Amino acid sequence: MSELFGHEDWWVVIVKAVMIFAFLVVYTLFNIWFERRLVARMQHRIGPNVHGPFGLLQSLADGVKLALKEDVTVKAADKVVYTLAPILATIPAFMAWAVIPFGPEASLFGTMTPLQLTDLPVAVLFILAITSIGVYGIVLAGWSSGSIYALLGGLRSSAQMISYEVAMGLSLVAVFMYSGSMSTSEIVDAQTSMWYFLPLFPSFVIYMISMVGETNRAPFDLPEAEGELVGGFHTEYSSLKFALFFLAEYVNMVTVSAVATTMFLGGWRAPFGIAQIWEGANHGWWPVLWFFLKTLAFICVFVWLRGTLPRMRYDQFMRFGWKVLIPISLGWIVCVGVMRKLSTEGMLDGDLLNRQNLIVAAVVVGIVALLSFFIPEKQRPEPEPEAEFDAFAGGYPVPPMPERSAKS
Amino acid sequence: MSNPLQELKEVAWDPIAGFGVTFRTMFRKPVTEQYPKEKLPTAPRFHGRHQLNRWPDGLEKCVGCELCAWACPADAIYVEGASNEDLADGSGRFSPGERYGRVYQINYLRCILCGLCIEACPTRALTMTNEYELADNNRADLIWEKSDLLAPLLPGMVEPPHEMMISDDHHDYYKGKTLPIVEAD
Repeated sequence: MSELFGHEDWWVVIVKAVMIFAFLVVYTLFNIWFERRLVARMQHRIGPNVHGPFGLLQSLADGVKLALKEDVTVKAADKVVYTLAPILATIPAFMAWAVIPFGPEASLFGTMTPLQLTDLPVAVLFILAITSIGVYGIVLAGWSSGSIYALLGGLRSSAQMISYEVAMGLSLVAVFMYSGSMSTSEIVDAQTSMWYFLPLFPSFVIYMISMVGETNRAPFDLPEAEGELVGGFHTEYSSLKFALFFLAEYVNMVTVSAVATTMFLGGWRAPFGIAQIWEGANHGWWPVLWFFLKTLAFICVFVWLRGTLPRMRYDQFMRFGWKVLIPISLGWIVCVGVMRKLSTEGMLDGDLLNRQNLIVAAVVVGIVALLSFFIPEKQRPEPEPEAEFDAFAGGYPVPPMPERSAKS
Repeated sequence: MSNPLQELKEVAWDPIAGFGVTFRTMFRKPVTEQYPKEKLPTAPRFHGRHQLNRWPDGLEKCVGCELCAWACPADAIYVEGASNEDLADGSGRFSPGERYGRVYQINYLRCILCGLCIEACPTRALTMTNEYELADNNRADLIWEKSDLLAPLLPGMVEPPHEMMISDDHHDYYKGKTLPIVEAD
């Protein structure tokens, strides 16, 4: 962790904070466009292509339109909480980015500064804690709307986010064990020789799945299931308040992608091979590009999932989270712990337990974990059919009682 | 189903196969048509707006029989027939034979472009074109009159009313007789 964190000039901090904010807002606009274009290609369409080059200004136009809409406050709403909820959902989404490392130390207006707003010894815990606060925004939005639909939507959203946060947190524990730190910049430094998604493949897979659940995205977008529900927790919201929820959702999507990049894909480090060919790839401002590309890759995965998978049922979803992801996470953490202990004690020098074999084993376990997703539930024996009702049993036609059906 | 390989494929492969479908589709040409910018031709027998056809001398084919109006499931067609009159200056004749359609309206607010009217038409007076841009900003203009629906005059056609030019017997029109070819000077 650079000793500059916390001891920088005030203007450097402000400039970096504004840059992160601008990056996130622009990235959100870009993401909406990008998602629509990509999912359109997957569905044999073109997607928005009218406003601006390649339709890039489409989401800007949509945003302006959204802002100019009438701001409706429903009669039954609890006004204060109703107004507070979207703010409460948005601010944590941005705050998590304070500790995301965009790059190493670089020159900012002649001052050397790490491309990261700040760092903490427990930065990852800070991210998890702060993003959890966003759930309050959702619960309160659902509750304060004074509408049953919104309330149910808010409960579903929060239940889902909390459930998957457990698996998400557990999947990160293995990273902490490997890197020996919870500081994001140190985790990135620890991945200099190898990115963690290889040795910690099961964790990576679990994180990938839980981050989709965490952001309420397809195929886990049950709380907002358009076409099935009215709209989830933000049913009663309009105009800028709705825009804030929308913004928070997309920023959260980028946040979990950025965390995944930092934890498993080497953070801002240049992809395999580039740094070997080109010395400057990991210096100056270039790492921001690698970081951007890596998060974009995760966004692509999000869109690919959305384009491919149908929405899950709520009970399947919960069962998967609690009965599959969390037990596998726990088991895997135990494995990693034992391995770490053995290797630090120098007990892994045998031919069988060398590093490569362990990586292969980890990959196999990860694939098995992924496949376990597809093991069908045990079939319950079908209830025996009731004896058919004979309408003419007594010689006269008699209509069946409710829940019985007459012989056809 | 009893084949274990088949079962393994159904459990392990089929749920993932969908990713391949979406991935492959990304690299295929989209089917989108850039409609207002590029107008692609319709299918040749596309049901577009109607047209009231003419005989080669310009007289109307419509005989005002109202069969189209009766066939219409949406009640979009209104026809009023009237009798042709053989006046000296030909000002009473719009179609060969006895009757013609004096009023002919199609209400495109109601029309579903099903084509039952053109199937009902006994003289092939009513057909459909490929024109499909029928939107307007008011209701009145979507009721098309006979003047809007009549086919344009082709060379050799004369705007009715006028006397029968092809033959004095209106049966000759239906037998496919055409105008006598006049040599140019």
